[in-house]
Amino acid sequence: MKHVISALVQNQVGVLSHVAGLFSARGYNIDSMNVGETEDPAVSRMTIVLDGDDAIIEQVVKQLRKLISVVKVQELSQGQFVERDLMLIKVATPAGRRGEVIDLVEVFRGKVVDISPRDMVIELSGPEAKIDAFISLCRPYGIKETVRSGRIAVFRGVKEEAGKPGPA
Amino acid sequence: MRTGAQLLIDSLSDIGIEVLFGIPGGVVIPIFDVLYDSKLKAVLMRHEQAAAHAADGYARASGKLGCCLATSGPGATNLVTGIATANFDSVPILAITGQVRRDLIGNDAFQEADITGITRGITKYNYLVRDAHDLPRIVHEAAHIATTGRCGPVLIDIPVDVSTSQVEGAPSAEFDLPGYRPNLEGNPRQIERAAEMINASERPVLYAGGGVVAAGAATELRALADAGKIPVTTTLMGLGAFPEDHELALRMLGMHGTPVANFAVMSSDLLIAVGARFDDRITGKITEFATSAKVIHVDIDPSSIGKNIQVDLPVVGDAQQILSKLGPLVEHRERGDWWAQINDWKANRRLAYKQDGGLKPQCIIEQIREITNGDAIICTEVGQNQMWAAQWFTYKRPRQFISSGGLGTMGYGFPAAIGAQYAMPGSAVFDIAGDGSIQMNIQELATVARENLPVKIAIMNNGYLGMVRQWQEHFYNRRYSHTELTGNPDFVKLAEAYGVAGIAVETPDAVRPALEKALSIDGPVVLDLRIDREENVFPIVPPGERLDKMIDLA
Repeated sequence: MKHVISALVQNQVGVLSHVAGLFSARGYNIDSMNVGETEDPAVSRMTIVLDGDDAIIEQVVKQLRKLISVVKVQELSQGQFVERDLMLIKVATPAGRRGEVIDLVEVFRGKVVDISPRDMVIELSGPEAKIDAFISLCRPYGIKETVRSGRIAVFRGVKEEAGKPGPA
Repeated sequence: MRTGAQLLIDSLSDIGIEVLFGIPGGVVIPIFDVLYDSKLKAVLMRHEQAAAHAADGYARASGKLGCCLATSGPGATNLVTGIATANFDSVPILAITGQVRRDLIGNDAFQEADITGITRGITKYNYLVRDAHDLPRIVHEAAHIATTGRCGPVLIDIPVDVSTSQVEGAPSAEFDLPGYRPNLEGNPRQIERAAEMINASERPVLYAGGGVVAAGAATELRALADAGKIPVTTTLMGLGAFPEDHELALRMLGMHGTPVANFAVMSSDLLIAVGARFDDRITGKITEFATSAKVIHVDIDPSSIGKNIQVDLPVVGDAQQILSKLGPLVEHRERGDWWAQINDWKANRRLAYKQDGGLKPQCIIEQIREITNGDAIICTEVGQNQMWAAQWFTYKRPRQFISSGGLGTMGYGFPAAIGAQYAMPGSAVFDIAGDGSIQMNIQELATVARENLPVKIAIMNNGYLGMVRQWQEHFYNRRYSHTELTGNPDFVKLAEAYGVAGIAVETPDAVRPALEKALSIDGPVVLDLRIDREENVFPIVPPGERLDKMIDLA
């Protein structure tokens, strides 16, 4: 099963290799890892997606907590969370078919961010399944390149406040 | 104005470092220059690996932070085995390395190695110092990290131009570690539940590891065992955490453990693990390990809990704090049937060796115990020598047995004994060695000769890599591939060449006089003990086999 782990880390030299090194040293295979600054520049957020049974995920969380530069670790897949993946995709648009692709982009609520005579670059964000669906629909036109951010995720609303479930 | 190097040495003194083990080299000359007239004692070793082991031995013997110092590149990489050894056994050491100038880092400069990258997985934490102003803070922070929670090595890498740069005033040593807050107290409700489980148990066993020694919890462990009349077994790392001559002691468990310890664990209905981690050398075949037992696991490191086996009740925290709260909640119970069974195993399945007139390593260890009144500090190498030393000495107190348990580093014992002797100058310190492992750091004979350190090196010389040979005998049809050490030196002559006394012993009768002579010499002594060449360590649980399926003395 896929698990999403969110870690707050001190924004300092070496922290990424500490975390990445942990995964390779302990033999955990990660699907994606995303790192970015938070509202506090001294702290960064890492979102890690990996596959594994509950015992492995428990170990991963414990091992991450053990790292000195890791401040907080949450396993988002234990609760309700919102996740997004951002993709930039360059699709070939043969003469006369540009309109078809733009229609697709609209249905998926993406954005065309660059057009050249033979291809266009599309920006699309959403859950992984939506991105995957868009990629397969683009395939017949010819995909030249894709870049994905890896998943980022956050817990929904206020978590388990008494008698007040978070918004759907 | 102070230089970075002066700030470093002043900070080391502030955190209580009194002795460090090291070797100079290009980029640490500024640091050694400060040491030239510092109160801090620097011990010149002959190999950086030995410097790291000496710092480790110092830390294990004293319970204080050990310190070693090496130059960049090969100096730093030579420390790696020593750092990994300390990391595996949770020993607090501070490893300081020199680094090339900041502007050369990453340029493949002479003697450059990315030592923070190399040691990331074998240190508790490490630093590359980019500004001399940070040195006091980093040194204090490093010492705090190394000596609290689950202890471990911390490395500080210092570029040479940081060491030489001038700093005004007194930079702050204050630190804040938001991601590091070891949980020490233990959850009170979990402790109550542990007491309930212990009080309800018919066949409990306490299984104590190195965490009891590290936490200084031996007194509390004994109080708990006495309170509930609970048998106690210890791991290799836990030897001495419980007095082995105590009536509740089952002594060591595991691959070369006592039969009573292994049988008791396998038959127990409650296993109370304290500061131990269910290593494969302890559990044997893990799926059949103590299947009728519920498990309480007390450990400072949450990631140790549930890593190897399912735990019924985890209690995270410092062993001393938890056991001191748990002891008073435990009721005295006689558990007559359980003790009758245990005493039966104890009486009928003692550790034994064949007394056939040959020179037996087990007998040598017993005589070392007798002649030192059981008080000596015993350091070991790794292999048969280590297991004989573990089985045959009968340890009375924590920090008396010093050995590379997790990593199993040959060449550890001798330099560790050097460190232990500095930590405990009044104690008799022995290195129980094999002829194979002693040659992995034998250059330190120069160090003990120069410092006239009274370390006694007892080489159990069988001309083999003995433990591997034993496995080849049991499991590889006696095909002794590359385990016979032809070409060994004459260890007595070798010792003498270094200016160290050497005594050869070939018969059982000669052991006692040789030990007496060795202890009468106020300086290092090498004992070349020509033991029976094919003597084995028994019992042995074959790798991957159930813990109670041991091969015993035929």
